Amino acid sequence: MRKSILAGASGLALALALSACATSANNSGGGGGSAPAAEESGTSPKLTDCTNKMKNDAPQVSVWGWYPNMATVVDNFNAGHTDVQICWNNVGQGQDEYTKVQTAISAKKGLPDVVMLEADHLSSYAIQDALVDLVPYGANDVKGNFSEGAWKDVSQGAKVFAVPVDGGPMGLIYRTDVFKKYGITTPPKTWAEFADDAAKVKAAGGPVFGDLGSNVPAAFMALQIQKGAVPFGYDIADPQALTVKLNDQASKDVLNYWAGLADKGLVGKQDQFTTDYISGVVNGKYATYTSAAWAPGYLTGAGVGKGKSEGVWSVAPLPQWDEANPVSVNWGGSTFAVTTQATDKKLAAEVAKGIYADPASLSDGWKKQVIFPLSKSVLDSSEFAENKTDFFSGQQANKEVYLPAENAYKGVVYAPITTYYYAQLQAELAKINAGKATGDQAADELQATIVKYAESQGFKVTQ
Amino acid sequence: MAHVTAVDVAGHHQPATTSRDRPGRARRSRGERKRARTGFLFVLPFAVIFLAFLVAPLLYAFYLSLYSKGLATGVVFAGLKNYQTAFTDPSFLKGVWFVIRFALVLIPVQMFVSLALALVLDSLATRFSRFARLMIFLPYAIPAVIGALMWGFLYSPTFGPMQQIANVFGAQAPFLLDPDHVFGGLMNVVTWQWAGYYMIIIFAALRGIDSSIYEAARIDGASSWQIAFRVKVPMIASALLLILVFALIGTLQFFTEPQALRLVSNGTITPDFTPNIYAFSQAFAYANFNYASAISFSLGIVVFIAVYVFLFLTRKRGSIS
Repeated sequence: MRKSILAGASGLALALALSACATSANNSGGGGGSAPAAEESGTSPKLTDCTNKMKNDAPQVSVWGWYPNMATVVDNFNAGHTDVQICWNNVGQGQDEYTKVQTAISAKKGLPDVVMLEADHLSSYAIQDALVDLVPYGANDVKGNFSEGAWKDVSQGAKVFAVPVDGGPMGLIYRTDVFKKYGITTPPKTWAEFADDAAKVKAAGGPVFGDLGSNVPAAFMALQIQKGAVPFGYDIADPQALTVKLNDQASKDVLNYWAGLADKGLVGKQDQFTTDYISGVVNGKYATYTSAAWAPGYLTGAGVGKGKSEGVWSVAPLPQWDEANPVSVNWGGSTFAVTTQATDKKLAAEVAKGIYADPASLSDGWKKQVIFPLSKSVLDSSEFAENKTDFFSGQQANKEVYLPAENAYKGVVYAPITTYYYAQLQAELAKINAGKATGDQAADELQATIVKYAESQGFKVTQ
Repeated sequence: MAHVTAVDVAGHHQPATTSRDRPGRARRSRGERKRARTGFLFVLPFAVIFLAFLVAPLLYAFYLSLYSKGLATGVVFAGLKNYQTAFTDPSFLKGVWFVIRFALVLIPVQMFVSLALALVLDSLATRFSRFARLMIFLPYAIPAVIGALMWGFLYSPTFGPMQQIANVFGAQAPFLLDPDHVFGGLMNVVTWQWAGYYMIIIFAALRGIDSSIYEAARIDGASSWQIAFRVKVPMIASALLLILVFALIGTLQFFTEPQALRLVSNGTITPDFTPNIYAFSQAFAYANFNYASAISFSLGIVVFIAVYVFLFLTRKRGSIS
């Protein structure tokens, strides 16, 4: 979820500026979403208040998206199409956009035709009938372009609610200077080694080894899934049935593990994506950063990897619970979905399938480290595999870490109550950090809260 | 208005002032009708905006609050069930309890600070006092969000000046937004922001007192302290009551500062931290406008009760002026 904050501090200012423009666009652009219906008897709807310039007079489809290189992506798409043109606006990243999306769903107007969403939020909107099943619009034509896990993330049973663009296979980013100074020759391969190394560095007077930020619940959920937790079971085919298992042994183990590290002072308790955290990262306050493939781009944008922290970064595969049976997990990643408020759903589906799917956009995205592409056309290319990542001082991070992780990723079933679940998980993590709850207590409390909420929302909950 | 009435009186009423029977009354009522019409025109712009932007949304919110929405079940009529849920919802009750405690501590502190400043400034008449008055008022002129963000920086465990000072002694400064300190941390922000504003209200009330009263008191042998506490404070009791009510309502609706500081609070400030934040989260994050409306109305009920109780308890002091 926090992929949203990709562009970092400097990007944030830009995003704020953009969303400020987009808010005004939103008012009439909200009309933009629905007004064309009235004009549609004519030839093609003409949208106003687009951030980009059209390349021709083809019918237009409105799109919300926040990729930092979105302007290039939209221009590439428009230049390559004479049958459709994208009218794009950036209305904010992640939660900022979701607030607007949710309000537009509740108001039953104001959504764009195509909207950028993270995979973990799809079922929350699908259950409100806000997203179009893309299978009748040829979604399966592009299925072969993606890995099984990536496709599962956008599917609900036989239905497909979005087309994936980028993903977040996780790895362990670490500081070579800290590792060297405290005599850690190889990065930890298991979480047990991770804890041992953390204790070793701390005993030698070193910095904390990692960070348990309460505001990255999506990452924490991924770490629980790695141990074998299956937090939710849900299929839109039976929209009222929801399985909730947040206090099984695997979930508790992972919570207890991190609670133990936090309690012993082996990891920090600082929320991530904040200036305090980034400053700590730059100044060597954290030996490792458990994060996803988009992290190098995010960190670069936030000013990490320059000056004091230049040339000290490397990445290793995510530590495992059981080295013999490694599990790959994902944090973040985004998609394009078609909304039920779209004027011309077929045209909108063409956009969802085609945007950010052309070679020029994809290579612009991954070379600028803006995305970790999920399109096999990139993942299977030797150029991508052999690429030497600047941030990691020329390490072939894709080949060594991220590609194997993505290829082994199996996909996750997300609940239709993601926002609420993340908020509660965040509250529990904050309690653990404050020493006010053990891992077991946090898991049990979370289970009770989520079950109660789900029942109040009319779900038939299986525990 | 006063002007219009005067003209009316001069023009129409003067001849008919003596108490006649029917005709006189009829003429007077025609004049009154005309006046009422004029008055109505004066009130109209306000009334339209008041109805459109306050009464109508309130009615709509109340209407929403009578329905309940489940993500899986859709919208159904619920009557007052949402209110029953709200007043048994631990999140809402915890938030209400927090703002009540906050009000009980904050308001006396704020009153004391602003009253002390106003009394000091009132007894000084130098150029410095005018400058000081402006400086004390300045925090109120800073938008609340920007003020809160600034405090977020001051509290920062990395960049904040508190930590810089602690660094000199090799110590760790307390993080004022962690669960143990967030109460004081927020109180400091709010007092900083509002004390100047309340100070100005009190100061204006003090300026309105006839200074010959002070002279009389001094001739009677009152000291400066006695003048301040026996003469000035009782005479501005109604101003004090006014700002107390302002502060009470404002504190119960506490929203902006914690919302702005949420991102830097390391999870201390939760989506149900205060009732208003809870309503906001319910509406815009959890897609439950119906329950959010019920929470807002429930908060309104709490505010109403609190203000009523407060006015009841202070009715004697308030009636002095």
